[in-house]
Amino acid sequence: MEKTSGSRKKAQKRKVATEEPQETAIVKDGATESGAQPPKASVFPPGFSISEIKNKQRRHLMFTRWKQQQRKEKLAAKKKLKKEREALGDKAPPKPIPKTIDNQRVYDETTVDPTDEEVAYDEATDEFASYFNRQTSPKILITTSDRPHGRTVRLCEQLSTVIPNSHVYYRRGLALKKIIPQCISRDFTDLIVINEDRKTPNGLILSHLPNGPTAHFKMSSVRLRKELKRKGKDPTEHIPEIILNNFTTRLGHSIGRMFASLFPHDPQFIGRQVATFHNQRDYIFFRFHRYIFKSEKKVGIQELGPRFTLKLRSLQKGTFDSKYGEYEWVHKPREMDTSRRKFHL
Amino acid sequence: MATTGARWNHVWVGTETGILKGVNLQRKQAANFTATGQPRREEAVSALCWGAGGETQILVGCVDRTVKHFSTEEGRFQGQRHCPGGEGTFRGLAQVDGTLITCVDSGILRVWRDNDKEISSDPLLELRVGPGVCRMRQNPAHPHVVATGGKENALKVWDLQGSEEPVFRAKNVRNDWLDLRVPIWDQDIQFLPESQKLVTCTGYHQVRVYDPASPQRRPVLEATYGEHPLTAMTLTPGSNSVIVGNTHGQLAEIDLRQGRLLGCLKGLAGSVRGLQCHPSKPLLASCGLDRMLRVHRIRNPRGLEHKVYLKSQLNCLLLSGRDNWEDEPMEPQEPQKPKNLSSEDAEADELWASLEAAAKRKLPDREQTPGAFQTRRRKKKRPGSTSP
Repeated sequence: MEKTSGSRKKAQKRKVATEEPQETAIVKDGATESGAQPPKASVFPPGFSISEIKNKQRRHLMFTRWKQQQRKEKLAAKKKLKKEREALGDKAPPKPIPKTIDNQRVYDETTVDPTDEEVAYDEATDEFASYFNRQTSPKILITTSDRPHGRTVRLCEQLSTVIPNSHVYYRRGLALKKIIPQCISRDFTDLIVINEDRKTPNGLILSHLPNGPTAHFKMSSVRLRKELKRKGKDPTEHIPEIILNNFTTRLGHSIGRMFASLFPHDPQFIGRQVATFHNQRDYIFFRFHRYIFKSEKKVGIQELGPRFTLKLRSLQKGTFDSKYGEYEWVHKPREMDTSRRKFHL
Repeated sequence: MATTGARWNHVWVGTETGILKGVNLQRKQAANFTATGQPRREEAVSALCWGAGGETQILVGCVDRTVKHFSTEEGRFQGQRHCPGGEGTFRGLAQVDGTLITCVDSGILRVWRDNDKEISSDPLLELRVGPGVCRMRQNPAHPHVVATGGKENALKVWDLQGSEEPVFRAKNVRNDWLDLRVPIWDQDIQFLPESQKLVTCTGYHQVRVYDPASPQRRPVLEATYGEHPLTAMTLTPGSNSVIVGNTHGQLAEIDLRQGRLLGCLKGLAGSVRGLQCHPSKPLLASCGLDRMLRVHRIRNPRGLEHKVYLKSQLNCLLLSGRDNWEDEPMEPQEPQKPKNLSSEDAEADELWASLEAAAKRKLPDREQTPGAFQTRRRKKKRPGSTSP
């Protein structure tokens, strides 16, 4: 037992006091025998790993020691590399770019090429064509699922201040399929339904009205205005600008156009307000800010309105008809989420 | 795209923007063909069927109720005819004996004389099938027999050479357990080979088999799959099963002997609009609203073979039933040659072939068919092969 405990410890001071002087002697012998090898390898057969030690305290000890050694080696390697770079100066090879999931993204074949005529024709004649040709201007109806609680109601009110020309109506248990013809007859262009579960909003249905697609999103991380830190005053009535980030694939283009068609065409730059829909890894982050240019390059921003995150669940062709409608895209977790580097928007 | 390679396309797909796409899976190329050179949404393709003469001609039915003739040999549209009457788009297109059968959404089924002139002559025969037709299908064994079905329009089998009344009119199933009438919505119909039976798939996720030979007019077998409307169906080669697709992009193989589910195929993300199986190989082509054409292998092992992104929403497809999937080895030009060389080669080859034709003295045949087609056929020198 003496020998084994001694051979396990290197020549470092440990608090297991009694056996130490003898152990160090034995360890030194081991070291001289095997030359430059660490004492561990010289005593134990190869293929031994720390995880095979049954005693938890000793195993932990060996592991921490191994970890410290790894850290030292890593630091030493880094320093060496830095010295080499400094030594080479200008001739040093460029720093390698760290791999992230975003830059390891699997190339999506449906990524829209801006010069593609077929896709351009498809987009020019789709259901949003009348908005993009400036023939209609948006008029939005915002409602919720039946019997909404406070958070959802406040979110609807705040959304109606963010989206110009929008009206909030209380959903009195009416069926959406009956609301939609009424909306169409009153010239509404879009319908937003915020679904609520257990007193928090968790879903969003966005339906473009005459016969347009319906998108169903999962909503999460909803922060109302008073929950935001460092927020500005309430948004004004000016029409905001819109930023749509990172909607690259064909599906992403459709969804981006859906969001764009919610806001009137000509933003009023006097209002200095901007609504951002930022897509990253299939999550769409909505933010509403007021900006001010302090100088030509420096901008200050104040976050105003509500903030939430959306994830697309399905895109259905035609107005809301979840049972008999035809789906253009449905999220299927077991088929589509198999790769961590593949995104669809 | 090289027009001479158009006949080697394995799958022809019609889109919502009016473009006919020919896809060659061996060379992994897709070619666009339009009648006017520009895509037009008013000419969205709603029905496709093979024309006369094997698989050399395609009849393209558009939403503005015109039927265009497309030649796969030449790779261009040859003519079109307007088929007025009724409202809505084509729900079925078929071709028999030099006549064209069309059926529109409002239930007007017409048989037109298929002359090459563009003047729209009066139809030879007109039948009223009932409103809300979703599909009209021709029996491949008896081309004069067609079946129609739709939303609240029960399955009817018509013999175009017979009387004006349907040969078989299906009856709705009994009231369900709440004593309510079960609604009817036949989305797709297929004739089972070697028997008189028909299979339909409905918008209420049912698959039903009808047997006109049996005394009962109600379905002989009923199976359900999923919770969403089934939009397309195709028969599998050999075995007694069908593959159905629904609006969620789920494909399932259902056995017709017992009515049970044999297996599913993964991959589609949007509603399935067109499905077709190859008559001998275990391959299934599917297209849908997610703008992708997929070819799956149905058996050993079941899985995805090819996937092609075709930028527009796909409405219907035609899978070539030929056995040799590879391109003909005796093609006059290799696919890697640039396009301008290929057209020159084609002309040179035509010249040589016409010299050959003169030597073999087949003058009467040459007058009937276009010269290019005739020369190609002779150059192949394959015994008894059907046209490519």
